Amino acid sequence: MSGRKIGDVILDLQNISLRFGGVKALTDISFNVREHEVRAIIGPNGAGKSSMLNVINGVYHPQEGRIVFHGEERRKMEPHKAAKQGIARTFQNIALFKGMSVLDNIMTGRITKMHASFLEQAIHFGRARREELEHRHKVEEVIDFLEIQHIRKTPVGRLPYGLQKRVELARALAAEPTMLLLDEPMAGMNVEEKQDMCRFILDVNDQFGTTIVLIEHDMGVVMDISDRVVVLDYGKKIGDGTPDEVRNNPEVISAYLGVAH
Amino acid sequence: MLYREAGQFKTSYAADQQIFPIRQDRIGILIILAIAFFAVPMLFSEYWLKAILIPFLIFSLAALGLNILTGYAGQLSLGSAAFMAVGAFASYNFMLRVDGMPILLAFIGGGLAAAAVGIAFGLPSLRIKGFYLAVATLAAQFFIVWLLTKVGWFSNYSSSGVITAQDMEILGYRFVTPEAKYLLVLAIVVVLALLAKNMVRSSVGRAWMAVRDMDVAAEVIGIRIMHTKLLAFAVSSFYCGVAGALYAFAYIGTVEPEGFSLDLSFKILFMIIIGGVGSISGAFLGAAFIVLLPIALDVIVQQWLAGVLPPSVSSNLQLIVFGGLIIFFLIVEPHGLARLWQIGKEKLRLWPFPH
Repeated sequence: MSGRKIGDVILDLQNISLRFGGVKALTDISFNVREHEVRAIIGPNGAGKSSMLNVINGVYHPQEGRIVFHGEERRKMEPHKAAKQGIARTFQNIALFKGMSVLDNIMTGRITKMHASFLEQAIHFGRARREELEHRHKVEEVIDFLEIQHIRKTPVGRLPYGLQKRVELARALAAEPTMLLLDEPMAGMNVEEKQDMCRFILDVNDQFGTTIVLIEHDMGVVMDISDRVVVLDYGKKIGDGTPDEVRNNPEVISAYLGVAH
Repeated sequence: MLYREAGQFKTSYAADQQIFPIRQDRIGILIILAIAFFAVPMLFSEYWLKAILIPFLIFSLAALGLNILTGYAGQLSLGSAAFMAVGAFASYNFMLRVDGMPILLAFIGGGLAAAAVGIAFGLPSLRIKGFYLAVATLAAQFFIVWLLTKVGWFSNYSSSGVITAQDMEILGYRFVTPEAKYLLVLAIVVVLALLAKNMVRSSVGRAWMAVRDMDVAAEVIGIRIMHTKLLAFAVSSFYCGVAGALYAFAYIGTVEPEGFSLDLSFKILFMIIIGGVGSISGAFLGAAFIVLLPIALDVIVQQWLAGVLPPSVSSNLQLIVFGGLIIFFLIVEPHGLARLWQIGKEKLRLWPFPH
């Protein structure tokens, strides 16, 4: 870890409550994310971790609470506006575009930065053509970074699981996000794949200074790579702090890490 | 041996992103275009041009339009024929009511009118998907045909809404002979197909496919779902509208709203299912298949099976074969003839050495 410096709070979630009918998914949750840090959200199944990410980038709209992102306050986010403001994410169940090649999937990640109208694109001349080439350069940088040159033209449906996860990360990175939300980036991977993924996450954080919010179940990974951890259980926050603080928090131990009998 | 990319090194992204990256494909397309423009009008008889090739091109265009909507953007539509009707009647009215209207502008106007109607009937797609959307577009199909029949203004108050298309004239040249009509239709279809190909390989095409494959992820990436879906409806209906105008002006001449019935919508849907969902070439293959199959079947029945089959069977043979083929394609190759062609090409790259 080199010159990475954790900065000010860029995302502040205040008293977020989210209900689906009578089901309380999140109750009065507050925490913040600082610039350039790796922030982990952990908790047992159904604790509301994915809902939390969905609130951050606007897929779900909380009934109560405020979200302050880069000093701008709002009740709720809209997904495509969140994308424009630099929030990218990956999904727990891979959400790639199955009918498209790896290259096209990653190119799609840059869509908010392409401005040629569809008529220009239809004629494929001038700005549209220039943009395709410029963005291809950027996409190739991401492809090199994640070491997926060999599968560039492969339809994503044909790739093994681990590589699909990596392509999804590539698609998110192609947007050059300032904040990256990762929903279980290492679920279902073997040890080598997890190591690769950890390396990529840390490299992204280190080289691009991207703020990372991740959900992960592998405690070893979480404790190793994150700067601060927030712990959820049944939609409530039960712990928040550095990995060491969280590890020694009795409430967290009983709820999540297990109690010695 | 012939179809091989070995030795064709791409040294720039521009070379890698051109419309046909493989040299043999480029040569192939040029040969096909040369044949279509120069050899076909000379070699084929008037009957072939008028009754087979012109409708083939027009149906290809309509199938292309539907393929943009259904194949690329994933929005199932059963209203293609209605959008064709809008194009035909709008072009007719532009010619009728605007003095000195150039025919090409009338076609574009017909396409734009269809696009506007397409956007209106595409609005339900923002809320509903799949079969339910198909039923909503079915409403477009029935409503538009009903409206064009009931409101006399559209057909200049002719009985039962029949319109007779005006003559086509560009810069003083009148397109009367089948050869001339064929070349006009061919030129329009080639230009529109090229534009479609460019769209689907650019960011608008990627946005359509993203919405088709995983709409939640598409939205999170920053794609505006509403805008993308309605654009697909507009572009698709524009293509269908121009196809409808050509259907009236270059093919049939005299059309009534009933001519653009649900049957025609289904026919166009079958074209993209058999030709290949989500492929430009698939629209052409599917149209060729559906236009040529009945003729081929007729020839077979009359030449070889005339005495063997009872007339009741032979008259229904076409329907039987159509139904069978559609089931076959849905089960065996949902991506249609275009996919088979692609598999063939991949095999050819290795042939004759399989490893």
